[in-house]
Amino acid sequence: MTTLPITITAENSLGCAALDPRSKELRKTVIRMLEASRRGHVGSAFSVIEILRVLYDDIMLYDSQNPRWVKRDRCILSKGHGCLALYVILADKGFFPESELWKFCKPDGILGGHPEYGKIPGVEASTGSLGHGLPIGVGFALNAKYEQLDYRTFVIIGDGESDEGSNWEAAMSAAKHKLDNLTVLVDYNKHQSYDSTYAVLDLEPLVDKWRAFGFVVAEVDGHDARALQDALRRTPVSVDKPNAIICHTVKGKGVECIENDLNWHHKSKVSDNEIVTLLNGLEMY
Amino acid sequence: MRKTCLDMVYNLAKTDKRIFFIGSDLGFGTLKAFKEEMPDRFFMEGVSEANVIGMAAGLALEGKIVYVNTIATFITRRCFEQIILDLCLHNVKVRLIGNGGGLVYAPLGPTHLAIEDIAIMRACPNMTIIAPADVDEMRRLMPLTVDHDGPVYIRLGKGFDPIVTTDNVPFEIGKAIPMRSGDDALMVSTGICLKIVLKAADQLQARGISAGVLHVPTIKPVDAETILDGVARVRAVVTVEEHSIIGGLGSAIAELIAETNFDSAKQFKRVGIPDVFPDKYGSQDSLMRHYDISSESVVSVILKLLDA
Repeated sequence: MTTLPITITAENSLGCAALDPRSKELRKTVIRMLEASRRGHVGSAFSVIEILRVLYDDIMLYDSQNPRWVKRDRCILSKGHGCLALYVILADKGFFPESELWKFCKPDGILGGHPEYGKIPGVEASTGSLGHGLPIGVGFALNAKYEQLDYRTFVIIGDGESDEGSNWEAAMSAAKHKLDNLTVLVDYNKHQSYDSTYAVLDLEPLVDKWRAFGFVVAEVDGHDARALQDALRRTPVSVDKPNAIICHTVKGKGVECIENDLNWHHKSKVSDNEIVTLLNGLEMY
Repeated sequence: MRKTCLDMVYNLAKTDKRIFFIGSDLGFGTLKAFKEEMPDRFFMEGVSEANVIGMAAGLALEGKIVYVNTIATFITRRCFEQIILDLCLHNVKVRLIGNGGGLVYAPLGPTHLAIEDIAIMRACPNMTIIAPADVDEMRRLMPLTVDHDGPVYIRLGKGFDPIVTTDNVPFEIGKAIPMRSGDDALMVSTGICLKIVLKAADQLQARGISAGVLHVPTIKPVDAETILDGVARVRAVVTVEEHSIIGGLGSAIAELIAETNFDSAKQFKRVGIPDVFPDKYGSQDSLMRHYDISSESVVSVILKLLDA
């Protein structure tokens, strides 16, 4: 049994890390997108934002001006509903102009409520229906092995998404093919649309499950950029095992009054007052 | 037909390194030579159709051409969402080879009967659907599947079906093949039902009725031009397929006819499996006869239409 040498403490175990200015700025842009479109999966985006930020800031190799560069690292946001966070980061990295952000879900925009391959530079696969990203990621990783390319594949899945059996089919396949170039990041905020994951369909013991499926498993505070960097930089740990990082997160992280509030899983018809509340909440966090 | 098809995948893969093969849990020894000679392009992934299709999509997004094979029911129904999203939405070169389309697995019961596969594949944008009539046609079409754009569903018959096609005209994906001309009626078939309608044409000729035969190996995209040209020439049209009458070849032809203004009225009938789960076992042939998918039944239907 191989485990990453990450120490889980009371402080970092539940996604309670403080947010630095970059994390706050990214969230502020998400709120500005919300102001423009008046809809979106806010809670889910705030949950996954540090995972994406660390991947694109510190870990992945890519060229935003040549998004199909063959040696690039691939990232699939399999929990496609968290796309507000992805779009903000892709725009920040120059994959497309920032002006696209203000056309989220609008007829003349390229950014829909779920990411689409072929429409959005930097999006590797169309997601939205859950449980599709990991099997596709297995295909990407197998291709790297076949072509003897060094690129890595990162697949971000949600905890509600983990209910889908296709993830576990793909996990068996990834372990069988010894895809050490594949890393699954689980955005584990313990909430899905209807209720907590414990109440709807308990995933525990989640670490043991991934380990039993043949992965090297680490646990981190999914809002702690340094912890995420450390965990990701240590992968691959084993030359013959795929990697899973269980990221303990908080749904709605960064605005206290919406944290763990399922009303903010997805929100439409967001009012001016709610925008002010979000901005103030973020400011005070 | 299955062996010919898979042997062709093997032969194509030998000269084209873009070609990969993924099976689910196929029979022992399937494509043994492929596995031995090209192990890095051969995968047997177990009974995990959702993963198999997603994995194929991932490889295809990286420029590979992936042939996937399992029983037609499981390759179409079990992983339908992966097909429509991972394959069709991404419009990737994955070729689904479905064993036993139609009533082939009659002895195994309704869980194994792929009688709605064409209907559900037809509903997927970007999908191409091909149902060859015999192994000779399979040999002609397989090389064309390599570089064809987008996903393809290849519906296999039972095998050892009589050779009824010819190489008089080159196979072209998306083209219907007029097999016989006729002035009174037109029979349109796909897959192995071609043998039934050719026999029916002989039986009708013996009765002094001139019936044409149009073979439609590509059900999607359907060759509207050739089909409507054939329909325009006759009074009665019958479609014959080893598939539910809902959503298959008959529906495709009915849609074309309904949206076309002909100079003269047309009589039309679909011959196929009614909207039921077959409740008998036996053989493919016995179930076909049970549902009146036979040359005699087709003759009878045409006689009635011409009398109308």
